[in-house]
Amino acid sequence: MKTNACMSSLAELSLESAKWKLKFISAYFRRKDANAALLSNFETLKYISKTPCRYQSPETVKEFLIAMKGHKLTKAEKLQLLNHRPVTAVEIQLMVEESEERLTEEQIESLLQTVTSILPGDPDEQQRDSAMATEDKGDQK
Amino acid sequence: MFVLVEMTDTVRIPPWQFERKLNESIAEELNKKLANKVVYNVGLCICLYDITKLEDSYIFPGDGASHTKVHFRYVVFHPFLDEILIGEIKSCSQDGVHVSIGFFDDIVIPPESLQQPAKFDEAEQVWVWEYETEEGAHDLYMDIGEEIRFRVVDETFVDTSPTGPSSAEASTSSATEEVQKKEAPYTLVGSISEPGLGLLSWWTNS
Repeated sequence: MKTNACMSSLAELSLESAKWKLKFISAYFRRKDANAALLSNFETLKYISKTPCRYQSPETVKEFLIAMKGHKLTKAEKLQLLNHRPVTAVEIQLMVEESEERLTEEQIESLLQTVTSILPGDPDEQQRDSAMATEDKGDQK
Repeated sequence: MFVLVEMTDTVRIPPWQFERKLNESIAEELNKKLANKVVYNVGLCICLYDITKLEDSYIFPGDGASHTKVHFRYVVFHPFLDEILIGEIKSCSQDGVHVSIGFFDDIVIPPESLQQPAKFDEAEQVWVWEYETEEGAHDLYMDIGEEIRFRVVDETFVDTSPTGPSSAEASTSSATEEVQKKEAPYTLVGSISEPGLGLLSWWTNS
């Protein structure tokens, strides 16, 4: 079996696309006899369902990539931002190489803002955060 | 974490499956053949992504089954170098922390790539990060089942295909040694020696 494994022909698959494919495949697999492959597909789905990617759809991915055009990040860095949805500056430092030299603090802040606003997070958490924000506003009056 | 790999292979469909749609039979055969298997220098195959090209099917003399050359793309687990992954600590030993991602278990973080200074607690068999602050040293334990964020620094592929029959000497010695060393075909080496890496609980703000 030949594999065309040279780097130029490999396309990186975001976790979100892998998730959609796996859901489709495992629904098909369930009809047949169970085998080791079924177990690994289940484990992979389980893993992906624990990441923040589970709320993403192909449209959010496209929106995110368009918004990221201005920031000049490499493909690998954008992929990691998609997969992990960082919320702190430390995480951005990990995923973006030499972030101290390439990005100023305001740019890191705006990057975090873009990530948290476009990529959907845990809906319960977001509701709680917005509820707390309105409460604070009420107290301030 | 996942990549699409273009592959080509010849798929054999036995005659009793001729009534099914060719695409379905081929997809099932490819998944049966490759899913959850490690391909040397490629990665851990997860599932079929799509079939790009189906060539003509041939039936050869002596075998009633059809043979079809298929060009397809497969979803393969193959993290790139320096990628950040989140896994679960499976166990700790003298050679480091063993991490698992659920579908992939052979990830090890060697002692020199842990947050320094680190020591191995023999009593509990866990690695500990001795975190120094002005108040004194905090011992941060790396317990089993904890989620850990690590960076992939190295990968190793081992060819585990069976070797042919060796000379008579070797075969008698292998007869006495019944259990052969099982080597993992694909292992990853990780590192958590940077700020932000390690147990998720170490870095959460709340």
